[in-house]
Amino acid sequence: MKERRIPAIKDGTVIDHLPSRDTFRIIRILNPQEFKHPINLALNLNSKKIGSKGVIKIDSRFLTQSEVNKIAILAPNATVSIIKNYKTTEKIQVKLPEELVGVLNCTNPVCITSKEVIISKFKVLREKPLEVKCHYCERVYGKDEVEIKGK
Amino acid sequence: MNFKGRDIISVRDFSKSDLLYILKIAKEMEKEKPKLLDGKILATLFFEPSTRTRLSFESAMFRLGGKVLGFSDEKVTSVKKGETVWDTIKMAECYSDVIVIRSPVEGSARLAAEAASIPVINGGDGANQHPTQMLLDLYTIQKIKKKIEGLKIGFLGDLKYGRTVNSLAIALSFWKVEMYFIAPDALQMPEHYIKELREKGIKCHKTSDVFEVSQKLDILYVTRIQQERFPDPLEYEKYKNAYRLDITLLDHIKKDLKIMHPLPRVGEINAELDDTEHAVYFEQAANGVAVRKALLALVLGEEK
Ligand SMILES: [Zn+2]
Repeated sequence: MKERRIPAIKDGTVIDHLPSRDTFRIIRILNPQEFKHPINLALNLNSKKIGSKGVIKIDSRFLTQSEVNKIAILAPNATVSIIKNYKTTEKIQVKLPEELVGVLNCTNPVCITSKEVIISKFKVLREKPLEVKCHYCERVYGKDEVEIKGK
Repeated sequence: MNFKGRDIISVRDFSKSDLLYILKIAKEMEKEKPKLLDGKILATLFFEPSTRTRLSFESAMFRLGGKVLGFSDEKVTSVKKGETVWDTIKMAECYSDVIVIRSPVEGSARLAAEAASIPVINGGDGANQHPTQMLLDLYTIQKIKKKIEGLKIGFLGDLKYGRTVNSLAIALSFWKVEMYFIAPDALQMPEHYIKELREKGIKCHKTSDVFEVSQKLDILYVTRIQQERFPDPLEYEKYKNAYRLDITLLDHIKKDLKIMHPLPRVGEINAELDDTEHAVYFEQAANGVAVRKALLALVLGEEK
């Protein structure tokens, strides 16, 4: 029998195969404070695919493609399933866009984006491991250095 | 090749054929063309002073028959009062046909280019890019060696914070060259650049001892160790005198080695080398005018 650590949801979104260590950062990207329904989160589950994984189940809320794309910044191997009436009705492919607009902050203190009000823009140089470049100051950031905008 | 309306912001914006075309036009610009940009106006917006770059651009514009307006210190403008780069550009483009911007804030030139409907040339944005320096370096190498392909090029000094070296190495990687990075470990070429260069098939060598490799080199590109780039002043004190080239170098080099330097120098190259046939740094600086003439003409679509 399949071990179930988090209760199944009737309607909503299941995000699976997240790296355990990045799961908290990932949930933050989704601005969970804006959600009205329960969110379940589990860490350090065994995964054949990635070793130690995290799972997030969001009740009564269907993630959009652009929200899913943000997850891809930290978890390129994640799987996102839309659940309706306990059944998976759709699997959304996690895909990092070529350009991340308004998603990341450039932490370079002498970058123009920290001096003037500009929408940040990053080019994705590499997906695995993640490498992004600020469109303005051209500084390159790795996965552990990127700062994801909070609300 | 059509450069009309294009912005010149970063080494990353160029293809090899772009570079070759710019070099070709720069060569033609060694000739006098006093009417080429007649009636055109260049705005030089210098948010930090840089006499060298500004004079070179102004001279280039005047020599092509154009006119120049602008400022060279943000204290005299309303920028200090909080006017943004965006608004300053929106103002300046009403009065000019092409803009050169210089700023200590990285990414300013890219933003300026997005704001302006006329071409923008980056005259240096902090530690990020200085494409006209990169192009005049490339032009100088091609001019003195008659080729780029196959050269063995050494870079000496601050390779970590030195944007000129980083940009030049990227530009040179379009050709099959061999690169020698000579610096103390703490100031070595950043690993991500080395990785990128190697992926492009460039042979890269690292050392901290100039004499270990100097015998092999066709070009030795020397840079200043810049105090302002160091987060910690004590670090700077440790490295500021790391390299001081003098005539003892001459026993360890090929006859036709050429020494380049973006200037100003602060003691990396002893003046006793200036009169040797190896020193090309003053010629290099002078080449800046031809290259900037070419860029101004190109982005205004008037190079023919
Ligand atoms: Zn930036």
